[in-house]
Amino acid sequence: MSLDPLPLCLLFSSALFCLGLIGALARSNTILVLLGIELMLNAANLNFIAFWRYGPVTSPATGVMFVIFSIAVAAAEAAVGLALIIAVYRHQKNIRLQEANRLKG
Amino acid sequence: MSLSAQYLWVIPALPLVAAAIGALTPRSGRSLVAGAAIVALALSFFISCAALSTALANPAAHLTHNFTWFELGNDTVRLGWLLDPLTAFMCTMVTFVGTLIFIFSLGYMHEDENFKQFFCFLSLFAAAMLGLLVANSLLLLFICWELVGLASYLLIGFWFHKPSAAAAAKKAFITTRIGDLGFLLGLLWLYDSAGSLLLYDNGNGVLEATALGALGSAATVCGLSVASAIGLLLFCGAVGKSGQFPLHVWLPDAMEGPTPVSALIHAATMVAAGVFLMARVYPLLTPDALQVIAIIGAITALLGATIAVAQYDLKRILAFSTVSQLGYMMLAIGVGAPSAAIFHLLTHAFFKALLFLGAGSVIHAAHHEQDIRQLGGLSVKMKLTFATFAIGTMALVGVPLFFSGFWSKEAILHAAHATAGSHFPFYAALVGVVLTAFYNTRLIAETFFGHGRSHAAEHAHENSAVMTTPLVILAFFAIALGFLGTPVYPWLQARLSGETAVHGHSLLDGVGLLVLSSGLVALGIGAGFALYGRTLRLRTKATAPDPLAIAAPRTHAFLGDRLKFDELYAATFGVVNTFLATASDWFDRSVWGGIVHFLALLGEFSGTVNREADEQGLNAGFDATSEKLRASGQAYSRAQTGDAHGYLRFLAVGFVVLALVAILGGGA
Repeated sequence: MSLDPLPLCLLFSSALFCLGLIGALARSNTILVLLGIELMLNAANLNFIAFWRYGPVTSPATGVMFVIFSIAVAAAEAAVGLALIIAVYRHQKNIRLQEANRLKG
Repeated sequence: MSLSAQYLWVIPALPLVAAAIGALTPRSGRSLVAGAAIVALALSFFISCAALSTALANPAAHLTHNFTWFELGNDTVRLGWLLDPLTAFMCTMVTFVGTLIFIFSLGYMHEDENFKQFFCFLSLFAAAMLGLLVANSLLLLFICWELVGLASYLLIGFWFHKPSAAAAAKKAFITTRIGDLGFLLGLLWLYDSAGSLLLYDNGNGVLEATALGALGSAATVCGLSVASAIGLLLFCGAVGKSGQFPLHVWLPDAMEGPTPVSALIHAATMVAAGVFLMARVYPLLTPDALQVIAIIGAITALLGATIAVAQYDLKRILAFSTVSQLGYMMLAIGVGAPSAAIFHLLTHAFFKALLFLGAGSVIHAAHHEQDIRQLGGLSVKMKLTFATFAIGTMALVGVPLFFSGFWSKEAILHAAHATAGSHFPFYAALVGVVLTAFYNTRLIAETFFGHGRSHAAEHAHENSAVMTTPLVILAFFAIALGFLGTPVYPWLQARLSGETAVHGHSLLDGVGLLVLSSGLVALGIGAGFALYGRTLRLRTKATAPDPLAIAAPRTHAFLGDRLKFDELYAATFGVVNTFLATASDWFDRSVWGGIVHFLALLGEFSGTVNREADEQGLNAGFDATSEKLRASGQAYSRAQTGDAHGYLRFLAVGFVVLALVAILGGGA
């Protein structure tokens, strides 16, 4: 099979996404769940770059711009997420995700 | 000076304004209110003088000013002012005597904390009385008549914290009400028959020929002509107001008010209203009605004088003498001499005001002691009061020639003697003369001579000038006024009858009667002196029995109880009233109360039914619906587990499913 760079990149990003998903689902530490989510986000960023670089239409810097925005948004998200985690910690003296279930119906 | 009838309303309006000032001024404004009252009444007096000179210029004329008050359907209710000698003389007397009484009150009521209200009420009283005098409409007259009643209620009950004063005020009001009911019925009947209540209205008034003719030809009711019936109904009002038998019982009790009020009621305002009314509607009175009036007057004159003989309260004696003198006035009207009645009314106003103010002076000096058994020996201590009081008494008794009461009483006796009707009033009046002389001698002897029989009497001293000056002025008029109407030159009677010429006759014409009445006066005074004057030295204590009580104990006790009229009324009208009240109460409680109770039960029952329907029917439906809503909500809320991993897992599975759908069905 021919090793086109685009499928390779997509395979890699899919692997990264699965890794992130598993991490987010399997961990009970909220920080690690957040880490998993960041991995999935980065898999998506990788796809942007790959499609921009090897896709059918090429334009000067579209993919890079998307990724830069995405990373900036992710940074803001991480800040909010971490602040939430600190608040949860103050409330229940740990950061186990399973125990933060007060809003259940 | 002349005054158009159009501006006659100013006379009652001035005291009314003073009353309004009194009502709106705070309690501390004592001198302002008293000043306003006195100044207003004094101004009214000057205007009344102008009115008098206008009226005397043409005594036969009835100057009127009528105006429309309001219209009701096709009827127009009209009021008006009337100026004739009767109105003018009365207004002048009321304002003059009233002013003096007001001034006297300054001193008498000085220490009273409700001084301000007192002057406010006094002004209202005077305003109501003056309004009554100037009214040209019986309706307006009736309105003022009732206002007089109200003001008298307020003033008799002025010391309302005393239960006896409150009761006396109530008694005066209710008793006069009984008469007023007759008055009102008379007014309605008169309006129905004559179509107007204006007294003089260019030929259309009820006292003018057209209406009188129509009334005279009207059908009779139960043997009584309509005119007589109306006249007697109007007389009912006068019986109540002027304290005639059988409604005289309120007048002596009215003594519970402050003494200036008694003076005002007895001299100038209240009781004069009834006599004035009769004199005013005199053209309306038929011979039948006059006969009744004369007999009632004679009974009252005799009754008052008899009861006065055995009273101990200084003011009460004077009150019964007023009852008796009012009887004389009614008698005069009844025998067809209204001008003599008004002459006596005017002289009586002056000497009775003088007597009451004199009594007030005595009472004030003797620390509110008004039992004559407790008094005595005051002639030395209160010389001025004694002198003026003695003049008043002599005028009341009718001591010949120099005192006004003699001449006015003489005029009445003449008229009673000359009447074509029954001579009972004449003889009753003669007996009354003896009794009057007797009880007044007793009054003077007990109060002013002999030993002071109590601490208060021994330490009494003369009052200040503000109280004695009105006495002196009134004493002057108690003498002088008589000379306006002597038989030689009956100026006053002529003017009142609307004549310009005065037809006097020599004293010798009626000399028999003159001598007879003088003799009777002498007899009364002599008997009084024999019984009381001679024994004064022996009686030094208040507990000493009355000489008359020793002579005729049972009669004396019976008279002392005022012939048991109060007891009689309590045993008849009182019992009937109580019975009716009890019966009404029972009827109210059991019959009406039962119906109301039944209706209430019905309401309660329907309320219960409603509530049950609500709870069982409507509420059950709503409850079931809300239960369903709650259950479904709970079912939905179970999806919210609170488990973040669960949500994420669900998301991942959904993502995979979406991806599979996209891959397998992709390109389609």
